[in-house]
Amino acid sequence: MQERLKIKNLSKNFVLHTQNGAILNILNNVSLEVRDGEIVALCGPSGVGKSSLLKAVFGTYRISQGDLVINCGAKEIHLAKASPAEIIELRKHTIGYVSQFLRVIPRVPTIEIVANAAIEAGASSQQATEKAVALLEQLRIPKKLHTLSPLTFSGGEQQRVNIARAMSAPRPIMLFDEPTASLDPENKTTVLTMIAGLKKSGTAILGIFHDRNDREFLNAREVEMEKYKEPENA
Amino acid sequence: MSEYNFAYLNEQTKKMIRRALLKAVAIPGYQVPFASREMPMPYGWGTGGVQVTASILTPDDILKVIDQGADDTTNAVSIRKFFKKTAAIETTELSEQATIIQTRHRVPETPLREDQILVYQVPIPEPLRFLEPRETETRKMHAYEDYGLMHVKLYEDISQHGHISTTYAYPVMVEGRYVMDPSPTPKFDNPKINNCPALQLFGAGREKRIYALPPYTKVTSLDFEDHPFEVQKWQASCELCGTSGTFLDEVITDDKGGRIFVCSDTDFCRKQQSEKFEEAG
Amino acid sequence: MKMNPGIPLLKVENLHKAFGKTKACHDISFELWPGEVLGIVGESGSGKSTLLRLIAGLLEPDKGTISYQQNSKLITLTDLDEPALRHLQRTEWGFVHQHPSDGLRMNVSAGANIGERLMANNWRHYGNIREKAQHWLKAVEIDPARIDDLPRTFSGGMQQRLQIARNLVTNPNLVFLDEPTGGLDVSVQAKLLDLLRGLVSNLGLSAIMVTHDLAVARLLSTRLIVMKQGEIIEHGLTDQVLEDPQAAYSQLLVSSVLQV
Repeated sequence: MQERLKIKNLSKNFVLHTQNGAILNILNNVSLEVRDGEIVALCGPSGVGKSSLLKAVFGTYRISQGDLVINCGAKEIHLAKASPAEIIELRKHTIGYVSQFLRVIPRVPTIEIVANAAIEAGASSQQATEKAVALLEQLRIPKKLHTLSPLTFSGGEQQRVNIARAMSAPRPIMLFDEPTASLDPENKTTVLTMIAGLKKSGTAILGIFHDRNDREFLNAREVEMEKYKEPENA
Repeated sequence: MSEYNFAYLNEQTKKMIRRALLKAVAIPGYQVPFASREMPMPYGWGTGGVQVTASILTPDDILKVIDQGADDTTNAVSIRKFFKKTAAIETTELSEQATIIQTRHRVPETPLREDQILVYQVPIPEPLRFLEPRETETRKMHAYEDYGLMHVKLYEDISQHGHISTTYAYPVMVEGRYVMDPSPTPKFDNPKINNCPALQLFGAGREKRIYALPPYTKVTSLDFEDHPFEVQKWQASCELCGTSGTFLDEVITDDKGGRIFVCSDTDFCRKQQSEKFEEAG
Repeated sequence: MKMNPGIPLLKVENLHKAFGKTKACHDISFELWPGEVLGIVGESGSGKSTLLRLIAGLLEPDKGTISYQQNSKLITLTDLDEPALRHLQRTEWGFVHQHPSDGLRMNVSAGANIGERLMANNWRHYGNIREKAQHWLKAVEIDPARIDDLPRTFSGGMQQRLQIARNLVTNPNLVFLDEPTGGLDVSVQAKLLDLLRGLVSNLGLSAIMVTHDLAVARLLSTRLIVMKQGEIIEHGLTDQVLEDPQAAYSQLLVSSVLQV
């Protein structure tokens, strides 16, 4: 299978100007690849930089050193040098990111939030809405909640809305940040099955899955992040 | 007579006003600023019109002055007297005899001729003032033909009254270029202003503006396609002369609600009455 | 209007503006691409509102050029004469002021406020103007039955929505928003944000929004510019600037936001 995402000697540090210019090296020389139809799970204790790496891949964290090459089919994008327009284009067609938290405009109904993701990717309004209803039902979001804003929902419900949004317009590369963290066993299985389905259809997946059983279920290749941590007393 | 320069104003002032008039005639509908003088009458009594008349008057002219169509009201009488005293010219009440007609808010019913000049007394020359109080802005709007605002006023009329309720000072477009306020004449007179054989001059004394319509200028009343411009119509005809189709004034005759409608143009009405009298023999 | 996605909608180069000795805008350059919402953030006095007024042609720059895409080509706005600029302002652009009273005619009805731009563009059919005004009242969630009411009888939020309708009625390409949610209650803000987001995505508008509210910037804008003392000190994608701010001032700004 084709290499979809190549991370080459990537480092990321934060310079904290508000704290006397303290420097935090959160990622050091990370190198890994993700292929089409493969799930790579980032492992390690919290604070090791797993979420930060996902943010770097999505373009939210600017890369300090090294590079991140994304294969968009027709061309390769070097994220370290990509323009904002290129990153916007990448997010529209190539990379999807499911964060732990739902961030939406207040007052917008759940059904619209889920459908809009597909509309932005080019689906018709009707197609998108039908798909959104199906996904929300599959994820056991009660019908009467579909027309309400998800901001009033429970943590687990919000997480499922977030996943429904991602699934309504999946991209060739998907990033998952603990997608099952606050789900009950039944919903967890549903979400994992959905992710496995993406893998089967050839999506390159990079994610954080806390539960060893989840990683086994997904047959994920584990990458230990501890080794990319800043050495003590460095 | 010897105490006054001819027609009261000194020659320098007349020259200045004539220059403004020439410019106004050259740019129909455009408001030309001029250095309006103090006149021996209060603002609002026609100081603008009087200065224009004084500047174009020659000893051979015959002057008629009307106020709301009437020759015999205070304003008309005093202005006529003023010029009689300061210019010793002949005055008249007959429209067809006059070479210059100074008017406060009416166009005579008798059709005007090429050898006549109509001088309007104007209180507020700026048609956009109602919605845009800034002079700097209204001047730009004229310069750039940015006239959307004028229709906003007509739109408001229709939305509030179901029809364009503006009945006087009804805005017009001059030769497709400048929006102009035809002074507070009733909109009934707007068609007479269009394509008029006489030269029409407008003077605003307090606001220090002069504008003009050369003979046969195209003057269109602003309107909407689905609410076209219309003039007032009366059910009644004139109680005195019996003519219909003229602009009528309502006159209260007693305390019991009795009222009659009579021609606002007194000269025209008198003429119609005498013609009827002759016919009747 | 058809847009060329290959060139910017707006291009600002080396813009300068000073008021006396105060540098309100110093050497500002950036591009706005079709379909983008660009947020300009910074504290009061950072020059962000001045920048917006310069771009929108409400102020004249001391130096620099502003170009704008028209008929798939970039034209230089700073060379345009005033009538042409005004024409752009009332057709292809919109400007939503922070205070509705600066952007509305308070002495004419809601319908006339929306209809003004149409009439300025030679609409001369009362019925059609009215129909369009009603359509836009509905689009900004104001009861069309209030078409003949004066704006002063409206709440602050309604006035702001009326101002938006008044600007969008000619389907502009580019809208300038100056603290659009600034004077509103939080509950009303959410409603307005939702409305703006919907309008931007459905109409394919591009917008430049000045705000000091980072949450508003986050929800509406694709990219952010951070200004301080008249200069751009940081720019990038909205999430980049808010989650990985580089400049000391941006870090201070982001870390000063209260959490709820």
